Amino acid sequence: MAVAAAPVRAVVPARARPIARLFRRRLAIGVLTLFLVSVVVFWATEVLPGNAAYALLGRNATPVRLRALEAVLHLNRGIFDQYWIWISGLLTGRPGQSLVSGLPVWGYVEPRLINSAVLVFVAGAIGALVGVSLGAIAALRKDGWFDHILSVVVLALTSLPEFVVAIALIILLSMVVWHVLPAVSLLPPGTYAWSQPELLVLPVATLVIVIVPYLLRMMRAAMIEALESDYVEMARLKGVPEWRVVLVHALPNAIAPTIQVIGLNFLYLAGGIVIVEDVFNFPGIGQALVDAVTDRDIPVIQFIVLVLAAFYVVMNILTDVIALLATPRRRIAR
Amino acid sequence: MTVSAPVSHRRPAQRVRRHQSGSVLWSAVRTPRGAIGLVLTLFVVLVAVIGPFVAPNPPVALLTVDFGKPSAQFWLGSDVLGRDVLSRVLNGGWTLLIMAVCATALGIIGGAAAGIAAAYLRGASDGIIMRAVDVILAFPQLVFALLLLSLLGPKLWLITLAVGVSHAPQVARVLRSATLDVSERDFVKAAELQGMRPAKVMRKEILPNLVSPLMVEAGLRMTYSILIIAGLAFLGFGPQPPAANWGVMINENREGLALNPWAVVAPALLIALLTIGMNTFTDAFARVAIGVDRRPEQAALIEDIA
Repeated sequence: MAVAAAPVRAVVPARARPIARLFRRRLAIGVLTLFLVSVVVFWATEVLPGNAAYALLGRNATPVRLRALEAVLHLNRGIFDQYWIWISGLLTGRPGQSLVSGLPVWGYVEPRLINSAVLVFVAGAIGALVGVSLGAIAALRKDGWFDHILSVVVLALTSLPEFVVAIALIILLSMVVWHVLPAVSLLPPGTYAWSQPELLVLPVATLVIVIVPYLLRMMRAAMIEALESDYVEMARLKGVPEWRVVLVHALPNAIAPTIQVIGLNFLYLAGGIVIVEDVFNFPGIGQALVDAVTDRDIPVIQFIVLVLAAFYVVMNILTDVIALLATPRRRIAR
Repeated sequence: MTVSAPVSHRRPAQRVRRHQSGSVLWSAVRTPRGAIGLVLTLFVVLVAVIGPFVAPNPPVALLTVDFGKPSAQFWLGSDVLGRDVLSRVLNGGWTLLIMAVCATALGIIGGAAAGIAAAYLRGASDGIIMRAVDVILAFPQLVFALLLLSLLGPKLWLITLAVGVSHAPQVARVLRSATLDVSERDFVKAAELQGMRPAKVMRKEILPNLVSPLMVEAGLRMTYSILIIAGLAFLGFGPQPPAANWGVMINENREGLALNPWAVVAPALLIALLTIGMNTFTDAFARVAIGVDRRPEQAALIEDIA
């Protein structure tokens, strides 16, 4: 990324709208990255030794069935032809049919995609809110008991696997200690998560617990830096009330660098949902991906992996642009 | 004289550097965080390594009722098929550890080579390497591993390779930004003026100065390796049943959580202690060696955009 930024740094002062320029640049790189990602996905699933048809049929592979399936998957064409058929199908909204159920991939994935999106955004938003406020409070009470306890808890939580957090929550909240919440979602596939919001509680709580520590650490560091800055001291000397110093002067400046980490958290969530959805049997794309990999349902794998990668690329661009907009200093420095 | 002077200067300097990275490790151990982290890590490693030799029962033998409570004979009770949980726990760690170590080594070596080369060679190599990094980074690590596993099935070597490859880009980014600083220093210029080949400059002059960030990164990647490999095993992509493995155990004994929670809690606790230990120790080392209350990858990210 710094490669792309280098020429910008030289040219920008003369340009009127550096942000628009930067945005276009990032967009171009994003499109290029996505193209390369699609090539990697295609290569990994269709060109690698042991072709898809063979992998799918396994021991049941008779020459006739093999050839029939190869025709369905277009494996009997040239590599560029295969790629073109695949990618043009994807881009025109026809990602093909599931090899296992025979149903269209889109119809199978769409409700799950929406469920996962709900999970990611609810967890991301709650996580951001909790992380930023706890981080700010820890910074205000720096070296107090709250800060010390929090830093130990955070250090322990940062490194916990999702499934350990999930199991702990299940033990605590739905099985052994209390019997409050459903341990697994019994939502039939194809229905939406908001029809039974209580099913979202444990998956969201797991994801929030996993993402908050990271964010909290960054927010605490940024807030401490802001509180020790000259402009905060200036504001205090001028007699600005303390709540105003914290909320108006320090907080916005501390949140700006934290935006990057909030974006990072959403990126993490794109992968984190896989295990969490599996644990709670939540009907989303993470669970669908695990099922598809188990069954070697290539079209479903390709589609879900590409969706997750596209989410990553788009989110990355958005975060960078928002972070730049939020810090005028950096805009000028470029 | 002009030729020999830098050489004679460099030798003692390097020795000092080596000495320093050793003493940094030691002073990290002496901080409370470092000590706790090391003790936790060593405890779990010991359980995993010595476990198979001291386990009272064979890990796959069906001995008693399903999900039996802990008793004098079976200290941690029995699992979904009536096997001894304690024996399975003692046997279930070493594959995870070996795979995590190999994946970490792979990711660190590959990533460091790519990152150092990108920063030192600049130009087209830099562009190509960093584009490749962007592409691999676009896949969440677990998803990248799942993608590779989808064709050849859950082979242990493939899991290790997939996790190692998915680590490389993150390592490359951190090492690239660290190398950019080092390669501007005078001793690098001096070596170049002596006509040293780029490969040798990177190995002899730049690499010894990157030991601290490299070690921090190795600790961090080791933690992630454990998380991802255990996670994959939990999802069913790892050692196949009836093999004893902590990730597999958590998954297969989930249904009996209310009957004998130990069958799930014991392996989960060991994985948690291991990752907490690794992470705490890495954190202590990073504070001593680099002196920041911030993870190196985040530092790289922030530098990237700034």
